[in-house]
Amino acid sequence: MKKVIVIGNGMVGYKFCEKFVASKKYEHYSLTVFGEEPRHAYDRVHLSEYYTGKNSEDLSLSSLQWYTDHNIDLHTSEMITEINRSAKTVSNHRGVKYAYDYLVIATGSSAFVPQIEGIEKEGVFVYRTIEDLEAIESYASKLKSEGKTKAAILGGGLLGLEAANAVKELGLQAHVVEFASKLMPRQLDKGASDMLQATIEELGLTVHLDKQTKNIKGTHAIEGLEYIDHDHLLVDMLVISAGIRPRDEIAKHSGLAIGPRGGIIVDNKMKTSDDCIYAIGEVALYNNMIYGLVAPGYEMANVAVAQITGETDTVMAEDIDMSTQLKLIGTEVASFGNALSTDENIHSIVYENKCKGIYKRINISEDKTKLLGGILIGDSSDYNALFQLYHNNISLPEDPENLILGNREGGDVSPLGNVMDLPNSAQICSCENISKETICTAIQDGTCDTLEDVISCTKAGTGCGGCKPMVKDLVNETLKSLGKEIKDTICEHFDLNRQELFDIIKLKGYRTYDQVLNHYGKGDGCETCKPIIASIMASIYADTANKEEVIQDSNDRFLANIQRNGTYSVVPRIPGGEITPEKLIVLGEIGKKYDLYTKITGGQRIDFFGARLDQLPKIWKELIDHGFESGHAYGKSLRTVKSCVGSTWCRYGMDESVSFAIALENRYKGLRSPHKIKGGVSGCIRECAEARCKDFGVIAVEGGWNLYVCGNGGANPRHAELLAEKIDNENVIKYIDRFLMFYIRTAAPLERTAKWLDNLDGGIEYLKKVVIDDKLGLADELELEMQQLVNHFQCEWTQAIQNEEIMKRFNHFVNSDDTDDSLVFVPLREQKMPQPWQ
Amino acid sequence: MQEILEIYKKIDTEEVKVWFKAASVDDFPVNGGACIKYKEKQIAVFNFSRRNKWYACQNVCPHKMEMVLSRGMIGDQNGIPKVACPMHKKTFSLENGENLNGDLPPIATYPVKIKNNNVYIGFSE
Repeated sequence: MKKVIVIGNGMVGYKFCEKFVASKKYEHYSLTVFGEEPRHAYDRVHLSEYYTGKNSEDLSLSSLQWYTDHNIDLHTSEMITEINRSAKTVSNHRGVKYAYDYLVIATGSSAFVPQIEGIEKEGVFVYRTIEDLEAIESYASKLKSEGKTKAAILGGGLLGLEAANAVKELGLQAHVVEFASKLMPRQLDKGASDMLQATIEELGLTVHLDKQTKNIKGTHAIEGLEYIDHDHLLVDMLVISAGIRPRDEIAKHSGLAIGPRGGIIVDNKMKTSDDCIYAIGEVALYNNMIYGLVAPGYEMANVAVAQITGETDTVMAEDIDMSTQLKLIGTEVASFGNALSTDENIHSIVYENKCKGIYKRINISEDKTKLLGGILIGDSSDYNALFQLYHNNISLPEDPENLILGNREGGDVSPLGNVMDLPNSAQICSCENISKETICTAIQDGTCDTLEDVISCTKAGTGCGGCKPMVKDLVNETLKSLGKEIKDTICEHFDLNRQELFDIIKLKGYRTYDQVLNHYGKGDGCETCKPIIASIMASIYADTANKEEVIQDSNDRFLANIQRNGTYSVVPRIPGGEITPEKLIVLGEIGKKYDLYTKITGGQRIDFFGARLDQLPKIWKELIDHGFESGHAYGKSLRTVKSCVGSTWCRYGMDESVSFAIALENRYKGLRSPHKIKGGVSGCIRECAEARCKDFGVIAVEGGWNLYVCGNGGANPRHAELLAEKIDNENVIKYIDRFLMFYIRTAAPLERTAKWLDNLDGGIEYLKKVVIDDKLGLADELELEMQQLVNHFQCEWTQAIQNEEIMKRFNHFVNSDDTDDSLVFVPLREQKMPQPWQ
Repeated sequence: MQEILEIYKKIDTEEVKVWFKAASVDDFPVNGGACIKYKEKQIAVFNFSRRNKWYACQNVCPHKMEMVLSRGMIGDQNGIPKVACPMHKKTFSLENGENLNGDLPPIATYPVKIKNNNVYIGFSE
């Protein structure tokens, strides 16, 4: 058995392990991995998500168990300090020696810290590891408690902007300081940089270009930066992200060949100057270049595995593709091929739309037949198609400007045409280097028959995820070409998708979960299929969540939203956001009596937090006694219909938006659906109710209401699209009835209306035909179904407090009247909050 | 926080010294769970009636240390009976406590027996 040692457990080191254990020859090797960080490999690309709720475990590339399962001897917090090439051993910081037959150096890089006077001052950080992020976070909270909020980020490259976003997420003002005259100088031209700058400045960041920092001011801790032009910037923290330095120290000490500016020199087999030692990732100097992107690093890992296991034909390509597509501070940014060329034989086509923050540039060969590269800012939805055209050298259509302007003669045609027209060798997933052929073959030879299977067996789409839509299209098209059904089954217990389940339940009239499981499923069900079926039965029979409590989503089971410490929130319905002073006083009294943290929600209602399970029925009884009812804030159901004050008070109002919002909210309240639904009604086009970011939005215009559908806020904000213009109240209700029922019947689980519309063949035009022209002949049925649901509405909290059996559900213990004594609250301003998670 | 976990240790039937009579069978929802109190412990008890089985485990989810597992949904993964935490849908085997969709430490499980329509949980002390 040959011994392989990997030094470094970062993303590329991990990729090496992953590829190695997948090799057929792995059984002939033993694999030992050393990582100096306390954690096993995690996703450094998405590091800033650490501040937005992801923990180190979410960022991990695999479980610890994975290493054990694959017989990998993983040593974390263990630093290799010496390589003895003649004895073929490495030693750790304690002097313990390990023998190797092959050594792989994947030590990556460290942050490059420029020589600036005062760089050692307190409050100066680098941005590289989870530990760095933790240090930044704790310093930021110290600053905030002192009322300080300004931070600078040195470096306006890719990682610098990521760091700036992270700093902004911590609640500080982020100032990006860049030496060059543009952001992301390696990837963007000036026009693209200007557009990106305008977009991120709109989000509250500040960009300083052409600034070279001379020294860091401050007595003990940093107080500001001074530039060589004598200008200065006062800041309380500095995060350095000005490039990377290969971690080549041990290689240098052991006499391996090193480039003049660092990096272990490797050939196209990833071999160093020593035949038994390989170097991969950001420590490797290939073609005189350090590649700071993950995709080339992964390819290097792949080559090293192939070389070690004897597949010596696999070598690194001559040209490394540095194309990249990502989301920076909420802005889509992509750059591919020869993006920056100033060669006069190359034609550039540029589209710039400052209103929408979009900049697109493509570079085309002199004979206008080939795409050489390009840049996309603000909208990179065409990236995959453009990248394929460039990467596979495909001949361009006659009017190449259509590639970025779209086909303006109508129709929504991808510049690429059909994905199946790509050559077999087309690289679909550049992170994992997966070709079209690999994906299609996995289906054709019967290995896989769903998208999930293909992803787990080929790994396509598991890197940055940018190619997922294309992988999905390829999978679907290949399945279609084989005459196979495209499966999107809900979980391991049902070979059905949500729409099929919906139809079956309705047709067979099933009323309990077990009936459905016994006839159409297998096993005992799970937390995925149970709530889906509960929701479907609620949408068909107007069941409340009190029926079959054990299959309800956890929030539905207790008719309240579970919060961070296991307590719940309470949200009574306040239709359209209209409330009398008397009712406000009632809410105030109740909040006070139960000592609840109180906040106004985004949907114009009042949210109480911190109610214990056993308090819920008591609180709700009081609310109901005063005329309130459930707000369904916990359900995948209609939440609120937000309104502006409208023509009853507003001097600009065109119609009574509040009255109409109340009518709509009362009509659809309690309606269970695949995901939550929100509505909005604005009295004029000033749109104070923000109706266009709702699932349905109504805006008063001269001559009636405009009805918009399928918008949402949230992680991927979307404006709703116009469904019908200048219609009266009755028609608005008719169309919303049809639209919502059609959505409820056909959407996938947890698919909001915007996503549903994206996946609806024919899009909004088709939806108009179904809803307005009744193309499917379903309109009457959809309206009738909705009317039945409206007629059978019951407030589930009223139902609960009137029923002894249901009330029992809210006792914390079944064998004791004690309450949960593990709850700890801490003060927050004049209220309280749960003790933070440890 | 770690000390909360310290008081929950997996107990096998042969290690049981005390069979604690927790409540009547009817106090637990069919195919669902509820929480019982034994000394300072909170124990989640599940009536897995599809399998005609009962399971018990610590109520605290080792992910964020909240006393919530009894409020989770039960089901199976490839035949292994499991509970899903209502907080972040971490799932645990009800047979051996293993975290089925992550790296969390296993939860402590306890033996359950039913006698005269009452539910008994086995403890070592």
